[in-house]
Amino acid sequence: MKAVITIVGRDAVGILARAAAVCARHNANIIDVTQTVMGEIFSMVMLADIEKLTCDISALSEEMQQAVADQGLVAHVMHEDIFNAMHRI
Amino acid sequence: MLNINEILETVQMIQDECLDIRTTTMGISLIDCADSDIDRSCRKVYDKITRLAEKLVATGEGIERKYGIPIINKRVAVTPIAMLAGVSGGDPVKYAHTLQRAADTIGVNFIGGYSALVQKGFSAGDLELIRSIPRAMAETDLLCSSVNIGSTKAGINMDAVALMGKIVKEAAELTAGRQSIGCAKLVVLCNAPEDNPFMAGAFHGVGEPDCVINVGVSGPGVVRAALRRAGPDVPVQQLADVVKKTAFKITRMGQLVGAEASEILGVPFGIIDLSLAPTPAVGDSVAHILEEMGLEKCGGPGTTACLALLNDAVKKGGVMASGRVGGLSGAFIPVSEDAGMMDAARAGALTLEKLEAMTSVCSVGLDMIMLPGDTSAETISGVIADEAAIGMVNQKTTAVRVIPAVGYRVGDELNFGGLLGGGPVMPVSRFSPEGLIRRGGYIPAPMQSLKN
Repeated sequence: MKAVITIVGRDAVGILARAAAVCARHNANIIDVTQTVMGEIFSMVMLADIEKLTCDISALSEEMQQAVADQGLVAHVMHEDIFNAMHRI
Repeated sequence: MLNINEILETVQMIQDECLDIRTTTMGISLIDCADSDIDRSCRKVYDKITRLAEKLVATGEGIERKYGIPIINKRVAVTPIAMLAGVSGGDPVKYAHTLQRAADTIGVNFIGGYSALVQKGFSAGDLELIRSIPRAMAETDLLCSSVNIGSTKAGINMDAVALMGKIVKEAAELTAGRQSIGCAKLVVLCNAPEDNPFMAGAFHGVGEPDCVINVGVSGPGVVRAALRRAGPDVPVQQLADVVKKTAFKITRMGQLVGAEASEILGVPFGIIDLSLAPTPAVGDSVAHILEEMGLEKCGGPGTTACLALLNDAVKKGGVMASGRVGGLSGAFIPVSEDAGMMDAARAGALTLEKLEAMTSVCSVGLDMIMLPGDTSAETISGVIADEAAIGMVNQKTTAVRVIPAVGYRVGDELNFGGLLGGGPVMPVSRFSPEGLIRRGGYIPAPMQSLKN
């Protein structure tokens, strides 16, 4: 079971570190990370294995949003099934 | 393997383009609650709804959090209450209060099914229920009511059409202090679908299983954004293609949510209703989709053609994405719930007559249209008859949900707030159909061959 974590917003120091810290705290294993900075806009997509997650996916989502909210960034944590459903026939 | 562009596309749809699941609606049969004693019957109704739908809201919220996709409404639709009223007798408004109480207990946004199906005539309970609708709508908040007065197979019950004109007026008068909001929860249908998850027309048909989960998807903003990306110069068939692909993606999401809700609740998954349902929010308008196709204003020449294309392409894309499609499926054109429609009505581009033409190709009918408070019951009956005729002949669902707002005149603005929105009072023809409506009787069912 995997979750897709996205963070988008103005670039700043330590965004990735904050996201990784939240994952580590709840035992979400980061499998893949892609990030780009276009102009000043930071965009990151992270794939995490949440099989052994120690909390609810909704708790992970809330904590992730809080972790980056003060920098004005928007985080989404979504179960990977939604992407498979939408984009695969 | 997931691709980063696809991920960002989905996130953008939800974050910027108002993509959401409009409703998960649990359909519940109340046939086994019918009792010759109305109080006992009401008790059974309350118990069954609160037992089966106890976890509906919590399940919906859990799915929202898991997938990060908003599910705007959780609703319940029940067996047409006229059937229970027919068995029990007594004042049907007791059922209205029971349904409201059940809705409050389980925390749903709406409960539908204060309904009667009278396309071919009235049976026990039908007339009593219909006559009680204005009171039921005035005394409850979350209850929705619908009456089916015609079908392609049965024709149009003109006695019911005449009666419903009066009922709509009475519902407006009983809620006069609240902008006649009673009428916003009452719809008159022709060819009503039995599995529709959308209000106000949702009820649980007699051919349905005991309990079922139906899902209504939305996403006008996503379609508009996709059309904008296609640009102003592509030929029309490419617009249809863009709509199809977008509808496919939206529907797949609905299918995922429906299947998951059905599994968690242990209730069979019924249908997905692939409707583009607008909200008053900026960027969530069906009218703006039509304007994106190249119209200066929704309601101007070309509008019906654009809507026909949109409605058909939505179905084509959605059918491929879902195991079972039903309900109303297509594009809704409610005036008060769509920012673009409101603007078009204010500008004079969109009139009642043009809306009627549009309903021959859209998924429902004349929806959430504010009329002057002095509109006569006969005029409303005439509007209902015209709309039902379009549905009957074209083998499609049509509906009338108009609000003759007491004390308001053409050009005045109403504001219901929330999903119901608001907008200007629109003019209606001053020529009366009184002579026709007074006759009563029925319009025979139309020919199904020799089509021209």
